[in-house]
Amino acid sequence: MGKHVKLAGRAGLILLTLVFASPILWMFLSSLKPPDQIFLQPPKWIPDPISFSNYIQAVKAIPFFLYLKNTIFISTLSTIGVVVSSVTPAYALARMKFRGKGILLPILLATMFLPFPAIMIPTYLIFAKLKWIGTFLPLIVPSFLGDAFSIFLLRQFFIRLPSDLLDAARVDGASELQIIRYVVIPLSGAAIATIAVLNFTFMWSDFLRPLLYLNEASHFTLSIGIQSYQAHHATSWHLVLAATVIFILPIFITFWTAQRTFISGLTLGSVKE
Amino acid sequence: MRRAKNYLPWLFLSPWLIGLVVFNLYPILATLYFSFTRYNFFNPPSWTGLDNYAKLFGDGLFWKSLGNTLYLTLIGVPLSLGFALLVAIFLNQKFKGVGFLRALYYLPSAIPLVAAAVTWAWVLNPSFGILNNILRLVGIRGPNWFLDPNWTKPGLILLMLWCSGYSIMIYLAGLQDIPISLYESAQLDGASRPQLLWYITIPMLQPVTMFNLIIGLLGGLQYFTQALVISGPGTLGPTLNGPPEGSMLFYALYLYTKAFINLDMGAASAMSWILFLISAVLIGILLRRFSWEST
Repeated sequence: MGKHVKLAGRAGLILLTLVFASPILWMFLSSLKPPDQIFLQPPKWIPDPISFSNYIQAVKAIPFFLYLKNTIFISTLSTIGVVVSSVTPAYALARMKFRGKGILLPILLATMFLPFPAIMIPTYLIFAKLKWIGTFLPLIVPSFLGDAFSIFLLRQFFIRLPSDLLDAARVDGASELQIIRYVVIPLSGAAIATIAVLNFTFMWSDFLRPLLYLNEASHFTLSIGIQSYQAHHATSWHLVLAATVIFILPIFITFWTAQRTFISGLTLGSVKE
Repeated sequence: MRRAKNYLPWLFLSPWLIGLVVFNLYPILATLYFSFTRYNFFNPPSWTGLDNYAKLFGDGLFWKSLGNTLYLTLIGVPLSLGFALLVAIFLNQKFKGVGFLRALYYLPSAIPLVAAAVTWAWVLNPSFGILNNILRLVGIRGPNWFLDPNWTKPGLILLMLWCSGYSIMIYLAGLQDIPISLYESAQLDGASRPQLLWYITIPMLQPVTMFNLIIGLLGGLQYFTQALVISGPGTLGPTLNGPPEGSMLFYALYLYTKAFINLDMGAASAMSWILFLISAVLIGILLRRFSWEST
């Protein structure tokens, strides 16, 4: 390849990266401006002075910390549920022989891709019957019944564990449950961390289900809380932007710290021909 | 592997199996049943046969929402796959800081949809957004984006491209699985760079493309959050306009409105079931294409 082509490619990549990064940067810069500087034309690119008053106002007006608490509560419990309930099904699908296993895997894969709007009405009615609408339960309890994507990811990991290790434990008289507890789980830290992070981010971001199930403002998660605030205060951009910046901050932090595990885990579930 | 005690695998599977029956199989069948009834949540469902389907097919908003969804899906998804492949090829090189760039391109797909939508509503704000401001610097008057019915969906497609990090990562993994020897022998035969891309990279990535495409199509059919956030409070109001001029009324939004605002659970169930059928075909292709590793 010619040197010029390579240079042009590099320049293109740099330009594209700038374009890609600019939305977040723009939002971040805007959130640091006092309201009268946000709505200027031509714009003031760099806030001067840098002001954090939007953040202070936003967390009070939205109310950010209440929604944060709700979101953390739901995301944490649901993540615990998924991890606890996905390990044994994944182990059975990866490491045990039994009749009927052949049809379970396609079913598992199919449910992974089933669109929620296609089943949301009866699902809602189940929770309405149980009188769970308006509580956190519809967002937490189903997580304790396994999550197809997590089971699949763990299974992909478990089938690659060396058989010798499991067999050795069996020779020593370990039960299947003990094998899971003392052999499989200690070896699967990366995979379990991956499904935990994926589920946490999923619950952290989820919109449609909280919108369906949580009808009181005091129960809102950040996603529906910020949307609802934005819908009712169309002109308060400075507050919405500040809240959004704090909203995505934990994702940034989790992501930067767990970047390597996360990306390798993400592609663990992808296809092999 | 040994044949375990007969009940043990089923015991291990039981959390998932219960979830499967209660939260997947039952809802699928119940949706089918409700779709043949008139049901408003308060009175028991009453059988009306194919009424809901007939009414839907004569409902202009149903077609509008389907059309908007297909527009976004059939134009946006292929565009974002092309974009993702391009970025993945860039990021598959070895240079300083490539790890940082990979993370950067992935990030937008990891942030909450509501946050991504708010970000773009601000970026594409006609008067105060960064894009139109930059366009103004070079003397171009930018469009009114989310206020102009002709520009809402292109705006949403830009947001879709920005959030294509997941496809980028899948492509990147796919690129790394292509044996280097293929490129080397082709280069010995004098193949040029574009030829390598066209005759080796793209064909070798075909299964990955298929995977990304179907995941993208399934996501596109459910498009909801971004449109709701960007089109603001009017969308779910009783007037049901999906502003501006219904250009952001997507299938899932209309379904949600029918079910939970108009309380027309029967018609909404018919919409659900149609969505289920379309998805079932896509999922069927997905499962048929790949053996997903032998067990």
